[in-house]
Amino acid sequence: MKNNLQCSVSPHIHINETTAKIMWWVAASLIPAGIAGVFIFGLNALWVIILSILSALLAELSWQVITKRKVTIFDGSAFLTGLILAYNLPPGVPFWLPVVGAFFSIIIGKQLFGGLGQNIFNPALVGRVFLMASWPHYMTSFIRPLAYDTVTSATPLAALKEGKAIEHISTLDLLLGLRGGCIGEVCIIALLLGAVILLIKGYISWHIPFTYIATTGVFTYIFAGKHLFAGDWLFHILSGGLILGAFFMATDYVATPLTRKGQIIFGIGCGLLTGVIRLWGGYPEGVAYSILMMNAVTPLIDRYTKSRVYGAI
Amino acid sequence: MKKLFQEFIKGIIRENPTFVLVLGLCPTLAVSVSVANGLGMGIAATFVLLGSSAIISLVKKFIPDQIRIPCYIVVIATFVTIAELCMKAYSPVLDRALGIYVPLIVVNCIVLGRAEAFACKNSVAASFFDGLGMGVGFTLALMLISAIRELLGTGKIFGHTLIGSFEPVFVFGMPSGALLVIGLLLGFFNYLKRRKA
Repeated sequence: MKNNLQCSVSPHIHINETTAKIMWWVAASLIPAGIAGVFIFGLNALWVIILSILSALLAELSWQVITKRKVTIFDGSAFLTGLILAYNLPPGVPFWLPVVGAFFSIIIGKQLFGGLGQNIFNPALVGRVFLMASWPHYMTSFIRPLAYDTVTSATPLAALKEGKAIEHISTLDLLLGLRGGCIGEVCIIALLLGAVILLIKGYISWHIPFTYIATTGVFTYIFAGKHLFAGDWLFHILSGGLILGAFFMATDYVATPLTRKGQIIFGIGCGLLTGVIRLWGGYPEGVAYSILMMNAVTPLIDRYTKSRVYGAI
Repeated sequence: MKKLFQEFIKGIIRENPTFVLVLGLCPTLAVSVSVANGLGMGIAATFVLLGSSAIISLVKKFIPDQIRIPCYIVVIATFVTIAELCMKAYSPVLDRALGIYVPLIVVNCIVLGRAEAFACKNSVAASFFDGLGMGVGFTLALMLISAIRELLGTGKIFGHTLIGSFEPVFVFGMPSGALLVIGLLLGFFNYLKRRKA
């Protein structure tokens, strides 16, 4: 094991990719879902998104100025964190909530671990979970779609959890996003559009999203129904934050496994945890928690799925 | 006399049991919800530390090395029982608030740690002041943590409202909030220490 770092002979091919370029592409691919969210829930959602992004940038800037580090607010990572955090918030939250959440995400979730590339948890999800634990009332009041006022409505998953008869929601409504929910998670079609862009560009691979969604689907098909193998799996896949989480948060480069095998384990783990939390846990939705939990075991997964060094015994 | 004072003072900052030795985190996480609880826990632990350090130092010559831990535990448990019964008699409200964590002082690492690291090698007077210093350090750390948690989690200090129009941050009333506060304070104190060095 003398030569861990192997360098092949030249010529080497340089790929014209930078962190910033990838970050901005991910942010761009999230725009359709944001437009859909603002259209469905009204202008308040737009303010939440803008405030969250600006606060994330301000938090990054002030931390880096105070600690005399290189200012990296233009690499898109803080922008993306703010954007994803806003997508994880209900549209009717008071305006200080995204500000507090974004500062928590950037300072506690990212910079205290050493900045981009060092954070073990997805910063946006750290912020979301902090807000969820701190102000559960605001984080669980949702707005009725296309009503443009403060008529509250439960998310389909929350209604299911409370055992209420779900007002019938068609699959088409779920695809279009005409339901109560967080700003960026509702419009499945817009999210899939962004996901396809990222898959074609090769910025994310299919391993985590596919295994994540498939595991949740299979799990809910088996266990969510009145008897085994009778669950409404399509409803579970299309409601809640699963699509947003699987394509845009579980694929975070920093906090997920490096190897393909590891990514498949990661996706299956996320899917199982999401299913368990949704069906038997205390919360109606478990995407954020399951991704964070799998983030925590990512170093372990990486250790056990490390590819063998070529030629090593 | 100066040496005894040194033994006392070191527990408060230089070898603070919570922030430097990072011992006894379980009660710290559990009871630091309000300043009153923190203070009560700190006083109880200080009493146990004082008594057990002095007694163990007194009998250190008679304790066979192989069974020293059980012997220490018996001495510590005696003082914990005294503290628990006194608390039950004179402050039942506090006793109910602290619950199982009062009897659990027996297994608090600070108490056993000081017996192992200090009392079994030093004179009775030195051990007494070491225990007192550690206890005061523990109490101050608990009060600092619980003041932050009570203020952010409820907007109050000692049950008095400090900030009127304030949306309490529920997370600081939960164990996860305690881990957050302790982690941030530890980091902050380490930063100060590194800057001084």
